[in-house]
Amino acid sequence: MSNLSVSLFGYTLKNPIIPASGTFGFGYEFSEYYDINCLGSIALKGTTLEPRYGNPLPRIAECPAGMINAIGLQNPGAEAVVNDELIKLSKVYEGKVIANVGGHSVDEYVKAVEIVSKSDMVFAVELNISCPNVKGGGLAFGTDPKTAENLTREVKKHCDKPLIVKLSPNVTDVTELAKAVEIGGADGISLINTLLGMRLCLKTAKPIISTIKGGYSGIGVYPVALKMIYDVYKVTKIPIIGMGGVSSAENVIEMMYAGASAVMVGTQNLIDPYASKKIIDDLPKVMERYGIEKLSDIIGRAHNA
Amino acid sequence: MREEVLKVISNEPIAKDTYKMVLCGAAEKQKAGQFVEIKLDGFTLRRPFCVADQDGDRISVVYKVLGAGTRAMTEIKEGEELNTLTSLGNGFNLTLCDRPLLIGGGLGIAPLLYLAKELKRQGKSIDIILGAKNKDELILIDEFSKFCNVYPATDDGSLGFKGNTVALALTVEGDYDGYYACGPEIMLKNLSKLSIDGEISMEARMGCGFGACMGCSIKTTGGYKRVCKEGPVFMRSEVLYE
Repeated sequence: MSNLSVSLFGYTLKNPIIPASGTFGFGYEFSEYYDINCLGSIALKGTTLEPRYGNPLPRIAECPAGMINAIGLQNPGAEAVVNDELIKLSKVYEGKVIANVGGHSVDEYVKAVEIVSKSDMVFAVELNISCPNVKGGGLAFGTDPKTAENLTREVKKHCDKPLIVKLSPNVTDVTELAKAVEIGGADGISLINTLLGMRLCLKTAKPIISTIKGGYSGIGVYPVALKMIYDVYKVTKIPIIGMGGVSSAENVIEMMYAGASAVMVGTQNLIDPYASKKIIDDLPKVMERYGIEKLSDIIGRAHNA
Repeated sequence: MREEVLKVISNEPIAKDTYKMVLCGAAEKQKAGQFVEIKLDGFTLRRPFCVADQDGDRISVVYKVLGAGTRAMTEIKEGEELNTLTSLGNGFNLTLCDRPLLIGGGLGIAPLLYLAKELKRQGKSIDIILGAKNKDELILIDEFSKFCNVYPATDDGSLGFKGNTVALALTVEGDYDGYYACGPEIMLKNLSKLSIDGEISMEARMGCGFGACMGCSIKTTGGYKRVCKEGPVFMRSEVLYE
């Protein structure tokens, strides 16, 4: 009997699979498709202090091995997430979730984190300092180590729950950011957010998405993500939640070898609404194929191989 | 929503750059106005298509060649199997009004065929305005003519009324207490010129097609709504155009 459970900040997940923020809404709508209690946890749609519509349409451009999005953090605001969305989710999901918080200023991050971290359903908060789709914020906090460290420190003071900082791949050296947020008090790191990218219309030569550039995700980014997780594992002691182009149980195992304690599935949920469940269902037989009895044993195995 | 593998029965051109694909194996009856998403080999995202007709387990979609994906679709042969998500979106409200006018422009004509058949089954008399740039691009007119009163409108006057569908609708709107429409964005927007309200089926570039990514959200009088999930059919009066 294979053991899929992993532990994050003392909380036990029945398996390491977590749908990534922004690819699963607030979770409850997927319960129309399958019993979402099979999931290790759920990362909620990025939440800001005030409600946001996000960017004008079009927000999506397809790529051969993925997609570009420029949603721009559409969400109903922190209070509505706690009072409405999480109530709906609690009716169909027994586990605990990761709230994802975005912002434009330290003050805005702090206030939003204070609101969402108080919910009993939230076991950890993921701080999005790497959203490429919000003007004057998001990514600006995630590219300078000192700024990232200071934001992490300020937010940590006001966060009742373990704090995960989500890092951007759009930097020269992601390990500098990882070290900075660890010094700032982060309890965990998640990576990678999307890579900056763009597509042009062949007829008009104009950008396809309204904001010109957006975030590239999907199977094409997997090797980039894996390498960054491998590098970050070497320089930090806090748990890593890996993500980026994961589309199979094999991808999950490889990412855990690189150093991930849990794995988020993103874009694949949009292509196949059953993707996260299928990966969970496949994990035992793939573990058996590679002689893995306990999944938590393989975290960082690549570094001792 | 349901994931199913559907088999291609036929995939034939019906007008310039426009094809009709018939798929079989659908387990559920689709509502008129709902859409399906087809996964194509070699492409990341699924393609959304409104249901143009359903007969038993056979679903028809009509598509126009607009890019690499739809171009690849034209190569799909009879007998091939396609991974498909069906029963997506909300569909038209069949009890919206007693005396409806149907208004279709361009490829937006397609979903109105299935709608017209459903309304006809309720015993309603169907009047439909079909619009296109010219008569060669006016699709499905023969199929509608079998059971509907068809009023064509072409931009160049090559068939029927010379002008757009909204201009024609303005001349006859007094006979109706509501409408169902699908067509280009400018047409749907201009329907606000009519004194009657109706349902419009909207199009958007979608990421997922089932409500997860927020890639197709529009502004409405009732807040933000997703074309793929709360739509694609909305009351014209609730949609706020930029």
